[in-house]
Amino acid sequence: MIPAMSLNAGDRQIEIECLRYDPERDQEPRFESWQVPFSDDMSVLQGLQYIKDHLDGSLSFRWSCRMAICGSCGHMLNGVPQLSCHAFLRDYFPGKLRVEPLQHFPIVRDLVVDQSDFLDKLASVKPYLVPRLEQPLATGAQRQTPQQMAKYYAYSQCINCLLCYAACPQYGLDSGFTGPAALALLHRYNADSRDVGWQARSEVVNAEQGVWGCTLVGYCSEVCPKAVDPAHAINQNKVNSTLDYFGLLGLMTPRGGRS
Amino acid sequence: MSLDRPVPKAYVRPMRGWWRRNPYFLRYMLREASALFLTGYALTLLFGLWRLSQGPAAFEAWRTALATPLAIGLHGLALVFMLYHSWTWFQVMPKTLPPLPLPAPFVTAAGVVATLLLSLLVWAWLQ
Repeated sequence: MIPAMSLNAGDRQIEIECLRYDPERDQEPRFESWQVPFSDDMSVLQGLQYIKDHLDGSLSFRWSCRMAICGSCGHMLNGVPQLSCHAFLRDYFPGKLRVEPLQHFPIVRDLVVDQSDFLDKLASVKPYLVPRLEQPLATGAQRQTPQQMAKYYAYSQCINCLLCYAACPQYGLDSGFTGPAALALLHRYNADSRDVGWQARSEVVNAEQGVWGCTLVGYCSEVCPKAVDPAHAINQNKVNSTLDYFGLLGLMTPRGGRS
Repeated sequence: MSLDRPVPKAYVRPMRGWWRRNPYFLRYMLREASALFLTGYALTLLFGLWRLSQGPAAFEAWRTALATPLAIGLHGLALVFMLYHSWTWFQVMPKTLPPLPLPAPFVTAAGVVATLLLSLLVWAWLQ
């Protein structure tokens, strides 16, 4: 079967330049470019797929859903971290488009980065409810008011695409920094009325490389495709961390519906 | 200790010159650097206070030193950086506050307006 895309590819051509790195042959990365025919409705991801299907099958990159929800296809597009499925080739034409792997992560091959550091950090923030009391399932759902849900809803929209890490020079300079997405997810659970996990997560928050590693560059919130606003999540917790240091957290911030 | 096996021969890109890669980072570095100019201005004023404690002649000498073109130029530069510092400070302020039922640009605008009003008040009081 002929892929539908090759039939639709338009008569205009755009130059796409990709970073290439083969760990078995290259000492360091190099760039390779192709002329790719495109139509108005083609995303950058479709451009990369065109290269892989028709021009060079060895180009490696991650992708899955094609509709900005799986968070797999984040790349640096002309130096800006973006989801490749969420950007269109027409917006880069007639200039050329340079595609690089997400900044600040080690390159495994071509456009593929090693995400394991983030996955470890994600685990370290205990990204699950730490409930006040263990309830048997028979007691039914733990109810929340819309106001209680609004406190964490935006932060729960994170898709772990890592654009915010690629946007964070503090993470690039010190990979020990817990970083935007993990700290935003930490706040997502701390801000949940059903959760009592502040103590369990406090070591990560209060650390020099926790919220205090952030210098409020603010670019993480600019590039987030899901409007999670990690910079806001982190900087609110500088206040919480300070209150915690003076033993005032429980007194001054009764959160959610805690009784 | 990672849950994943390390990737052999992964390439780590250097960070050298990172702040020139994106205009956003350059503006951030200027914002941070503006604090140095504010510090310099504060130290100049403190120095004047110390000279004042030494008597009228010393204070006048300090004032004369500040009337040179170089000193005036540096103060002009410090003023530009101070304005940029204030503007960016109010720009990031919404990120440091708890969630408000107001849009972020409103917080920034309110901060700028409050600064202007206070400055006018001080100016009127000095007249």
